Amino acid sequence: MYKSLTCVAVISTPKCHGWHFEHHVTRCHIDAGEELQDKVVVISSKFQKMGFCSRFNIYSKITVGHTLSVSQYIAKGLIKMIWNKEAECLGRSEMKALQLERLKEIVKRAYENVGLYRRKFDDIGLKPEHIQTLKDIEKIPFTTKDDLRDNYPYGLFAVPMKSIVRVHASSGTTGKPIVVGYTQKDVENWSECVARLIVAAGGTDDDIAQVVFGYGLFTGGFGLHYGLEKVGITVVPASSGNSERQIMLMEDFGSTILVGTPSYALYLSEVAEEMGITKGRHKLRLGLFGGEGHTPEMRMEIEKRWGILATENYGLSEIVGPGVSGECSRQCGMHINEDHFYPEIIESTTGNTLGYGEKGELVLTTLTKEGIPMLRYRTKDITILNPEPCSCGRSNVRMNKVLGRTDDMLIIRGVNVFPSQIESVLVGMEHIGPHYQIIVSKKGFMDDIEVQVELIDGKMLEKYSELEKLESGIRHKLRTVLQIDAKVKLVNPKSIERSVGKAKRVIDLRNKNV
Amino acid sequence: MLVKQISVFLENKSGRLAEVTKILGENGINISALSIADTTDFGILRLIVNNPEKAEQVLMENGFAVSATSVIAIGVEDKPGGLSTALEILARESIGIEYVYAFVGRDGKDAYVILRVENPDKAIDVLTKNNIKVLSSSAVYEF
Ligand SMILES: [Zn+2]
Repeated sequence: MYKSLTCVAVISTPKCHGWHFEHHVTRCHIDAGEELQDKVVVISSKFQKMGFCSRFNIYSKITVGHTLSVSQYIAKGLIKMIWNKEAECLGRSEMKALQLERLKEIVKRAYENVGLYRRKFDDIGLKPEHIQTLKDIEKIPFTTKDDLRDNYPYGLFAVPMKSIVRVHASSGTTGKPIVVGYTQKDVENWSECVARLIVAAGGTDDDIAQVVFGYGLFTGGFGLHYGLEKVGITVVPASSGNSERQIMLMEDFGSTILVGTPSYALYLSEVAEEMGITKGRHKLRLGLFGGEGHTPEMRMEIEKRWGILATENYGLSEIVGPGVSGECSRQCGMHINEDHFYPEIIESTTGNTLGYGEKGELVLTTLTKEGIPMLRYRTKDITILNPEPCSCGRSNVRMNKVLGRTDDMLIIRGVNVFPSQIESVLVGMEHIGPHYQIIVSKKGFMDDIEVQVELIDGKMLEKYSELEKLESGIRHKLRTVLQIDAKVKLVNPKSIERSVGKAKRVIDLRNKNV
Repeated sequence: MLVKQISVFLENKSGRLAEVTKILGENGINISALSIADTTDFGILRLIVNNPEKAEQVLMENGFAVSATSVIAIGVEDKPGGLSTALEILARESIGIEYVYAFVGRDGKDAYVILRVENPDKAIDVLTKNNIKVLSSSAVYEF
């Protein structure tokens, strides 16, 4: 128990609204720390009186008498910041009460202002006042991407266009894109949600963040940009592409955070290596990755190549863009901003609601969105929800890394195959690179799956048998994981197309006339 | 007496061999000898060239998986059984052979054989003792 703790690393400016003022280091004495799990000491009394400490926890490892700034403590992992402690550490019952209040409000607003919801409700005789408990949400019909597409472009907007300050669109693979609109308040909430995940990952206002997400209609670039600025981080809005220039900027500007898709982060690491820009010449320490899923193996590969902590965040433009959830630096699930987004897990085939700990499709309801409220939107992302409080001090529900998408799933000779399973086998294997391509075709009436990987070193060229062993080794591991036989093709280094945005791993030729 | 050989991974895609020879040609590198081992899946190209260091470098830069190893080159009399004498000597000394390929010198008279063995120094030793002509690298590069 910590009866008393002297901490020297705190901020003095009284206009404190967060920890932006950290450079004024002063001595503070905390008399009563309240011990939480994992030796986290939540500082109360004096700090709180000073008006800023509600946003962070201080670890007991802080040594009395040290004179580091708060940001130095954060960099050393000794202080974990929480951007909005009130929202992120809210008790479960308070959170549920808040969610219910907001749910009732948004259901009413959606029913009154959006034709699609009114029709869907009226069809089954549902009225907004029938939603009296959180469980009642299950009465509401699902919303799908098709609903957005059918109401292109502005059909689902709940406010007049004069209140919309921004639109974003995501490109569908077929036909028209889907369009989403934000009011001023939506943009503010969005930035707030993104700020939370940045701080949870370990970002501070001493950081310089290079955003290599594409800027434009895609939500990735702007979404992270606004959140980073809100935290006070220096933003380098590099956008995607022009990879050698990215590395040059990274070195010259001293970027400490890389923000983009994991596949582009991986590609950039190759470019940096080719240019001889290694750790020391670049100052990266943290990655904020999202926009596409990646396996734990891929994360480890990226961390190893860059020498950084790689964190993942999640979101989709239909809901808000990035900012639905994000990992804290402990990398143990993505904390959902539950005061803005209500998560459910359903069984994809039946639509039945599943419980915590059960694997299924994530369904999200926006609780505060004004421009385009989404009720029970089917994300197609497969994950698991975990309600346990995290050792970082946050108490909101965490979602697992996305395990696959219902529409990513390939059915090969009747067997369900997810590209992520293939990735988990390939990434980190010796002699081959982390890039891969999956080609599915029809041989006669049979599905044929070929996995292409790059042979990256020449060490095995002396013995033909070694190469064959490598190939059959990969094949064997794939068979163990996938339960089907996949053909493995070794290809030349750097011959698989690199992606500056979301990687396209699968080429399915089965429905094409070849 | 060791000769440097370059091995190149060739994926099963048409035009890969032509690409290699083109890159070497453009960089002024001459190929003295060449062999390809392949199956339907992939191939390994083995090359003896006049400038192996440069060859390794330019091929790597052009996106090929490459390795360099030491092999031995021997001259073989152009008559029946010429090669078998050398192979028998190695077998007697229990020196394993990974692979062998042959080519003809510029004058068209002499045949030469490239041998990749487990223990090249020992192999050179026993071959020389048994009056088999082991070629120096400079001699090989000038074929
Ligand atoms: Zn956490």
